[in-house]
Amino acid sequence: MGETLKLFGWKVSPYSHRAEVALRLKGVKYEFIHEDLANKSDMLIRYNPILKKIPVLLHGDTPIVESQVIVEYIDEVFDGHPILPKDPYKRAEARFWARFIDEKVRPQVWMSCWTDGETQKSFIAQVKESLAILQGRLEGKKFFGGDSIGLIDIMACSLALWFGVMQEVVGLNLLNEDDYPELCQWGEEYRNAEAVKECLPERELIVGFFAPRKDRIFAKKAPVYD
Amino acid sequence: MEEAKGEEVTLFGFWSSPFVHRVIWALNIKKIKYKYVEEDLSNKSALLLEHNPVYKKVPVLVYNGIAIAESLIILEFIEETWKENSIMPQDPYEKAVARFWATAAGDGLWQFFITEGKEREEALTSVINNFELLEKELIGKNFFGGDRIGYLDISVGWISYGVPIFEEITEFKIITEQKFPLLHAWMEAFSNSEFVKDTLPLREKLSERYRKVWEAIMQKKN
Repeated sequence: MGETLKLFGWKVSPYSHRAEVALRLKGVKYEFIHEDLANKSDMLIRYNPILKKIPVLLHGDTPIVESQVIVEYIDEVFDGHPILPKDPYKRAEARFWARFIDEKVRPQVWMSCWTDGETQKSFIAQVKESLAILQGRLEGKKFFGGDSIGLIDIMACSLALWFGVMQEVVGLNLLNEDDYPELCQWGEEYRNAEAVKECLPERELIVGFFAPRKDRIFAKKAPVYD
Repeated sequence: MEEAKGEEVTLFGFWSSPFVHRVIWALNIKKIKYKYVEEDLSNKSALLLEHNPVYKKVPVLVYNGIAIAESLIILEFIEETWKENSIMPQDPYEKAVARFWATAAGDGLWQFFITEGKEREEALTSVINNFELLEKELIGKNFFGGDRIGYLDISVGWISYGVPIFEEITEFKIITEQKFPLLHAWMEAFSNSEFVKDTLPLREKLSERYRKVWEAIMQKKN
């Protein structure tokens, strides 16, 4: 396919990062179009009319939305580094853990940062349980995908950077080396992987998003973009 | 039905679960022979808990002793393991569209069902937006999958019985023939399809269950 690839994204977003790292792993050229989420472009709304969210991958004229859908699309269309395994059961397994991360871990992690009192305690307990389960999946491997980055690693990217930053901003220290040595080691391997390094945002950029908005995000329990 | 050929397929389910129905429809279309185990969700079997320790939910498909959980993931597994009677589009972009809608189509529907006043209005707006786009996906087609039922039809198939039940209980019609002619026609075609027709429990039984759930939720609120 000689068609152009454009990625509408936002460097602060881990969802945007997922799409970018998949493209980098395949070694395909793309244009990154930065979206200001407080002031969404007409193009974004045109290509993602329901969710109006990033990332959106534009392959030629066709838009693909939702980070995992984008990653799977990239894996199917482009040769090179396999992101999902070939075996149907292993694929189901990868998708299962990807979903576990998005449906359970990420909301729990988020809420553990942006609540307080008993509510926060409850979310912290859930996070601890989920992180332990996830760490168990590593089973001594370098990545969830084995020797190289796979779907689960990409979907877990928040745990390699974003969660650490959010924790710091709100004063938590859940994901630490003492309690989760293998998971922290995985985070280091992930951050240092070549394809990831090329598109991982600077820590300061993420701090710069969360720190000034701390109170408003706490009040809303959701990101605030302006 | 395809003979198992020494392969054992078991589906752990619950009679009213729309997630379980998805798997049943897929197994039917693929003509896969399977054993069905009805779970008592208030007293889950040791086998279910062993096969799905993370979520402890149905559906779980067990194939030659290996367990797969999460209905949409099971659908993709079924498609990839049994090559005949394909349910997924071949084109990667069509696949991406189907995968997107499989999860997005239902957005707002549950909220519409269990809320009132302003919250319900917001949910309804979301639902109508989605349905308008879904309607467009059906242009020139009998099913989302084209001529035949496919992954997306199966994924959103619960709309064919769920929405009428929601409408009945909330006394509010969303999918009318005038507003959504294609979706309306799709609901009928899907329900009457040979792969779906005899799979669902009696409409009254389903309706009763949803009503009980709704009443319990509404009571908690007031």
